[in-house]
Amino acid sequence: MRVSKRASGALAVGAAFALVASGCSSGNDDGGNASASKDGAIVIDGTQPENPLVPANTTETGGGKIIDWVWSGLVEYPNNGGAPRNLLAESIETSDSKVFKIKIKQNTKFHDGTTVKAESFVKAWNWAAYGPNGAQNASFFADIQGFNDTYTEDPDGPDGPKKAPEPKAKELSGLKVIDDWNFEVTLSAPTAVFPTKLGYSAFMPLPDKFFTMSPAEFGKKPIGNGPVSLVSWQDDVEIKLTRFDDYSLRDKMKIKDVTVKIYQDDTAAYNDLLAGNLDFQQQVPVSSLAGDKWKSDLGERAIQTTIPSTGIIAFPIYDKRFQNPKLRKAISMSINRQEITDKIFFGNRKPADSWANPLTPGAEPGNCTACKFDPTQAKQLLQEAGGFQGKLTLSYNADASHKEWMEAVAQQIKTNLGIDAVAVGVPTFAVFRANINAYKMTGAYRAGWQQDYPDVENWINPLYVTGGSSNDGKYSNPQVDALAKEASAAPSLEEAHKKFAEAVKLIDQDVPTMPIYFSGEQSGHSEKIKKIELTNVGELDITSVEL
Amino acid sequence: MGRYLLRRLLQLVPVFIGTTFLIYWLVWSVPGDPFAGKCGDRGCPPNYRAMMTEKYHLDDSIWVQYASYMKNLFQGDFGITFGGREISDIIATSYPNTLKLAVVALAIEAIIGLGAGVLTGLRRNGFLDNLVLISTLFLIALPVFVIGFVLQWLLGVKWGIITPTVSNEMRFSELIVPGFVLGSASMAYIARVARTSIAENRRADFVRTAIAKGLPMRRVVGVHLLRNSLIPVVTLLGTDLGALMGGAIITEGIFGINGIGRQVLRAIVTKESATVVGIVVVLVLVYLVMNLLVDLLYAALDPRIRYE
Amino acid sequence: MSDPSTASIVSTPPATMPTEAGSGAPTNAGLPENAKKQKPRGLLGDAWRDLRRKPLFWISATFILLFVVMAAFPSLFTSGDAVNGALGRSRVEPSSSAWFGYDVQGRDVYARVIYGARASIVVALLSTILTLLFGGAMGIIAGYRGGWVDAVLSRIADIFFGLPFVLGAIVILTTFNGSGTDNGEWTIMGLVILSLTVLSWPVVMRLMRSSVLATKEADYIVAARALGAGTGRIILKHLLPNCLAPLLVYGTIMVGSFIGAEATLSFLGIGLKSPVVSWGIMISEAQNYIRVSPFLLFFPSAFLVIAVLSFVMLGEAVREALDPKLR
Repeated sequence: MRVSKRASGALAVGAAFALVASGCSSGNDDGGNASASKDGAIVIDGTQPENPLVPANTTETGGGKIIDWVWSGLVEYPNNGGAPRNLLAESIETSDSKVFKIKIKQNTKFHDGTTVKAESFVKAWNWAAYGPNGAQNASFFADIQGFNDTYTEDPDGPDGPKKAPEPKAKELSGLKVIDDWNFEVTLSAPTAVFPTKLGYSAFMPLPDKFFTMSPAEFGKKPIGNGPVSLVSWQDDVEIKLTRFDDYSLRDKMKIKDVTVKIYQDDTAAYNDLLAGNLDFQQQVPVSSLAGDKWKSDLGERAIQTTIPSTGIIAFPIYDKRFQNPKLRKAISMSINRQEITDKIFFGNRKPADSWANPLTPGAEPGNCTACKFDPTQAKQLLQEAGGFQGKLTLSYNADASHKEWMEAVAQQIKTNLGIDAVAVGVPTFAVFRANINAYKMTGAYRAGWQQDYPDVENWINPLYVTGGSSNDGKYSNPQVDALAKEASAAPSLEEAHKKFAEAVKLIDQDVPTMPIYFSGEQSGHSEKIKKIELTNVGELDITSVEL
Repeated sequence: MGRYLLRRLLQLVPVFIGTTFLIYWLVWSVPGDPFAGKCGDRGCPPNYRAMMTEKYHLDDSIWVQYASYMKNLFQGDFGITFGGREISDIIATSYPNTLKLAVVALAIEAIIGLGAGVLTGLRRNGFLDNLVLISTLFLIALPVFVIGFVLQWLLGVKWGIITPTVSNEMRFSELIVPGFVLGSASMAYIARVARTSIAENRRADFVRTAIAKGLPMRRVVGVHLLRNSLIPVVTLLGTDLGALMGGAIITEGIFGINGIGRQVLRAIVTKESATVVGIVVVLVLVYLVMNLLVDLLYAALDPRIRYE
Repeated sequence: MSDPSTASIVSTPPATMPTEAGSGAPTNAGLPENAKKQKPRGLLGDAWRDLRRKPLFWISATFILLFVVMAAFPSLFTSGDAVNGALGRSRVEPSSSAWFGYDVQGRDVYARVIYGARASIVVALLSTILTLLFGGAMGIIAGYRGGWVDAVLSRIADIFFGLPFVLGAIVILTTFNGSGTDNGEWTIMGLVILSLTVLSWPVVMRLMRSSVLATKEADYIVAARALGAGTGRIILKHLLPNCLAPLLVYGTIMVGSFIGAEATLSFLGIGLKSPVVSWGIMISEAQNYIRVSPFLLFFPSAFLVIAVLSFVMLGEAVREALDPKLR
């Protein structure tokens, strides 16, 4: 999951499905004026990318957005949140979900004029999967055969004196270039969801030029293959993008120039939007959400969407006090999610009632029985669990706006169960995550999950399977593990989804975490923009913009 | 005087070393792991962490880290951020912006604060005095984010008098409102201290003499009274330039100014010692130079103070 | 020579028994009641006589007393619950049943403002006093001794002055008060006070030093020294009373800004924590709702302004009473 780096502001993480909610394409149905659009330019809000823009190195929204615009992948995720479809890929074929034959469209270009070939993908993936390159997104390639040979881990951890041994191989044995337009991927185990993952930014192709310079150099003025190319990047000020005229895939730009203006404060951006100095803001600030002010400020230009992201409170199951599922269920059922979304989020987020976000393909709505508000049953469960001793802390990182809803949750637990619950702010996300990663939490804590790619698998394997990359509470149920393994290896997505649904039933009994709300996104645009769409994760689809 | 100046300049060296080490040590002891939050809820892959740790020598002892940092610093190398940016570039682009903002704030605060202080000091306890007192206290009691929010909303959005954010060119006209917001908290201090100082000196012998001599009031106030009352005010103003620059973070955020505030905060949170030290070192130099200027001004303002 | 326009409530009544600055040591100790009256009063006694006649002193003192009682026994003022609320009445406007309305979490704002007095006043007052004592002492030593002592102390102050507030506070507070550690209300308050003091003393020191520099060459100091007065005596009896004015003025305003600084710390998640309530916390909690529920901001700010005003007025009255030059 990409992490948002804007300090204030509600979950500014992007993710969304299109604009169906509020008159979506906003205003005029007839779209824009073609001649106005042709040379048109817009200014939109953004944050400073943390790192040079290399797809396999970008894990936060500020840079992720730019990567998504500057690159086009094998598959794309439709704006309406539906199943992925081929973009740069001509076809992706498999018979056993283990070996995938990928054919790409011929003669598409990188921004430097070189051709995108099968090799552009294979070399890029090998680079990311090679341990010593230290790519932040390396784990996305773990499915591919040979990953264990290219990616070796430090035996005593990064802080220990020993260094990771030199990897045995420089390239993934599971990747094979057949000719300029065809390559073959062999996975170490069948994984039905693999093609779905290919739209994530980690899997983008890289031009030959990348391998002749340092990633830092390349990332200051990246060369992609997407609908726009990057013209200039002035740190902390703006990033200028312009239409790539040789672009031949589906999603061509209708306007010419896009300037991403970098803001540190979302209220500043919002006031610029209202004053007409900004054409699009992805998430309006909390101060404008209160009392639905943003709707009266923006009128028809307000866009309300939902995004596949869930706010969660997790339990440290490694702590003795939280090992009784009945206790966890009691706490979960004492929370009135409806009231929290109404009063704290002004109805802009929805109370969570399922384990995977229902916008995700394969996720079943309403399958979280522990998410119901039932104080009587909660009290009874608490009694059966033998009560709860001491103080129940609910930690959150205080550098983003989580205080209000975490305090509301604490207050409800206290009122409805009589447990001494209190919300505790931890100064920074870094300190907060350091404690979680070290398994040192002594109380429940805020978590959040936004899908990386649209499939229910992304909501189960990382979060609820033993050893999952974000299973920070050390939840472990062998039956869930077995079902998830079967599901991941199922020959088709339908069968995989069925198995995952069975696993979710078991998870629902154990209540390892408490889903609290499903995120929404509230965006706004200027009067200049006549037509606009958001992607499945709530980012601006710049190719849809018409003036 | 010359020797005094030389001595003060020489003293800058230990202060410089002391400050850099103190800050380096503080950032180093900020709890948390720089890479724990960097890759989101998923956590960074171990090889990435290992690579960064090695590249930035994060597993060396603080002494070794500090020594190598200072060695590079003396060769003009401020180092690079975890994101790969030259820290000297960050300093070169963000410093002038913050300095401009702080100077505007200082000017506004000096003009309004001193003006109010002189007026109220001469006419103590009148209606104007109480009005100034209460209005400046309101500015103190309300946090900067409230003042900034309200002014930006009213002037920028509601009435359209200013553009809500400052452009990258940092025009002077755009900086008046942010400068007022930044200087608002100090205004009350200046006004109060100036008022007290004026009120005290108003009764001093030299003022009585001046009045008795039949000098016009304007000259008494302008030359005799003001000059002798300025010492505490100048102290405050002098130390304030540094404080304004270091404390501009919220104002910079509200008005979208690309200053040092956000860089320092970001670097503190990610434990980027080199960035924090690099920026703060320049800030400390500003403090030191300002303090020196203030000390020299004392002698100019008050002949009784002598430096030998 | 008195200012003809001083027509307001703070006017200084002409001193009936002028005493020369510094000469009035409290020599009356131990003397019988009637003997005291004939003796010249000391500086403090004089000040007290002055103060008693000022209505402003009584008004501000009453307010401060009120706030102190509020801080000590909040339950005298309200029976409401400052900590627990119900979301059902989130942001309900002020009414006859809840004078100040309810906040976002549905907590009684009136009860919270009353209970908030304790943390706000204790933190602000103690940090101000500590800062004044420490910074003031440093300033006197540096200014009076001059030379290398001044150089060393001034440069140490420079180093501390260079620390960004946020950095210093994060380090001090997270090191001693990391998340997970379950420190009591008073421990956290102590740490907040400590960090505010550590990070603000250099300003006071510079201010004091500048006053001392300006005063130490004054004729009466030179005279006292010529008469053979010891350093301690010169500092306590002559320098201090004459240098206190800017410090007191600065200090009283500092009370106000410390309440605000405490809010910033809480906002960053390193200051006071729930269930402790403070005005600063309330103000920062209200910031997102300025446009829809301004009363959430208004009430704690109003209390804050009144408290600060009282302290400033009191400081003013005391200073005028203490200051020999204003007699």
